[in-house]
Amino acid sequence: MKKKFVMIDFFLKHISMFFAYFVLLVIFGLFLVLYINSKDAINHFGFFSFLTSNIWSPAFDKFGGLIALIGTFLTTVISAIIAIPIALGIAIFLVEICPNFLKTPIGIAIELLAAIPSVIYGFWGLFYLGPLIEKYVQPLFNATLAKLPIVGQYFYGYSSSVSLFTASAVLAIMIIPFTAALTRDALKITPDLLKESAYALGATKWETISKVMFRYSKGAIIGAVLISLGRAIGETMAVTFVIGNQDSLPTSLMSATTTVTATIANEFTEASSHLYLSSMYLLALILFLLSFLLIIGSKMFFLRKVRD
Amino acid sequence: MRKRKIKNYIGLLISTISAFIGLFFLLWIIVSLIEKGFHYVNWSVFTQNAVSPGDEGGGLKFAILGQLEVVGIASLLGIPAGILGGIYLSEYGKDSVLSNVIRNVSDAMTSIPSIITGIFVYAIVVVPMGGFSVLAGSIALALLMMPIVISSIDNILRLVPNELREAAYALGAPKYIVIFKVVSKKAVVGIVSVILLAISRILGETAPLLFTSFNSNFESYKLNKPIATLTVTMYDYAMGPYDSWHHLAWAAAIILTFSVLLFNIASRLFSYWRFSR
Repeated sequence: MKKKFVMIDFFLKHISMFFAYFVLLVIFGLFLVLYINSKDAINHFGFFSFLTSNIWSPAFDKFGGLIALIGTFLTTVISAIIAIPIALGIAIFLVEICPNFLKTPIGIAIELLAAIPSVIYGFWGLFYLGPLIEKYVQPLFNATLAKLPIVGQYFYGYSSSVSLFTASAVLAIMIIPFTAALTRDALKITPDLLKESAYALGATKWETISKVMFRYSKGAIIGAVLISLGRAIGETMAVTFVIGNQDSLPTSLMSATTTVTATIANEFTEASSHLYLSSMYLLALILFLLSFLLIIGSKMFFLRKVRD
Repeated sequence: MRKRKIKNYIGLLISTISAFIGLFFLLWIIVSLIEKGFHYVNWSVFTQNAVSPGDEGGGLKFAILGQLEVVGIASLLGIPAGILGGIYLSEYGKDSVLSNVIRNVSDAMTSIPSIITGIFVYAIVVVPMGGFSVLAGSIALALLMMPIVISSIDNILRLVPNELREAAYALGAPKYIVIFKVVSKKAVVGIVSVILLAISRILGETAPLLFTSFNSNFESYKLNKPIATLTVTMYDYAMGPYDSWHHLAWAAAIILTFSVLLFNIASRLFSYWRFSR
């Protein structure tokens, strides 16, 4: 009897250990597989010239990642500029302003919005938001911001409903609830004692929020923002529907372009040559390293406090 | 003093407004989905298969069943593996350095772009097997589920008070009985909530399926053949040129959104129940 227990215990311990270590195996395997498959592209084009070349030409078997990387960078930054202030506003509202009986329902509503699959956001952007942007926002930009000297050209342009701007807007709407939920948790870590002390000194509510709570949870907020950026960088479906998938550098917010994820999603199964496929593995490897470093970095440096 | 008060009101007002902008988007997306798509959801969507391109009518039966098959097999692979991994971290590994590394890596894995998992599985499953398959799609989704389950199970089990374990050991129970009959029983509602959450997370995944289970026009549920799924079909139909395809894509969007929300809300109810007990 005793022996049976020992055996089952031994078995359970080792099989569960296998699955825990399996995570490390997967992450290591991911890196290795992407690296091995992208080796041909690295050898053929060179890593740094791949990063800086804006030629993506399946017909001539020449590939460079610059257009896709710039597309990813721009959609991420523009969506962050739109999303982060709104998300912070939501977080402040939920933690400090909202009456108690509304806190849970609004918080749940925001979290449900974050649960909607990204393919739905992309679809909605293609059939609903994109046409609206084409009809109202493009003429508005062309009539106002495009008239500005120097920067005006970046707002000018008429295109169909798919563009850099539409993709960034959809991406922004998609990460708002995600960022809001994370920053709310970050703001919540401020101890009540600190807040009460600020009020006792005669600080207004806004001063307490901006000078006490923000200062206390600054690291956690930066961490939350970095994680949202990581999410935006790697997002595929929300972007692929509405970016236009055009292998050219964008000349304004209204031009169609592409991103790393959109290029892979559209062309991976159609790659006609070995070098073509290998170049896409290399794009995936770069994306993997960027997002992994971003996430690990934000977890290690900024999010310690939130977890404790 | 007056200046400070004005600043206070402006700051609070801006926060409130942005909160309402956020809520507005939620309502806007749900309302516009229902308004524009709900009348495309009818009985034939569930009972018929696709017709030839450009023809009116047809349905999503194959895609819906395909989605269920891929997600079902993924759950069978990913959830037990994740639960066992979580058990190891909380019951055996505890606070050892390596366990903490695994915790951080698995946490980070939940945020890795899902399209990368798709490419990975393409390289290690699709290429050796010689073609797209149900199995490859399920493995890709299982890899996405596993870290979510590991992290949440670990967190839930660690909340179970140590006194319970000690009491069971004191009665002479071997470790596996302590884990499965004492710790797991205490945490069972939380475990159900984690399972539902993990399913809701992968139910809408599209990118990892593009190069694994791919898509298919021939109704076949064999493990080594490609299969149509709701998400990939929705993508293909939305990008396609025909109005009838767009209508089916709207129907797919509605079905998908509401099933994901259903699983998510169910998971929340279980987790609420756990804390209120």
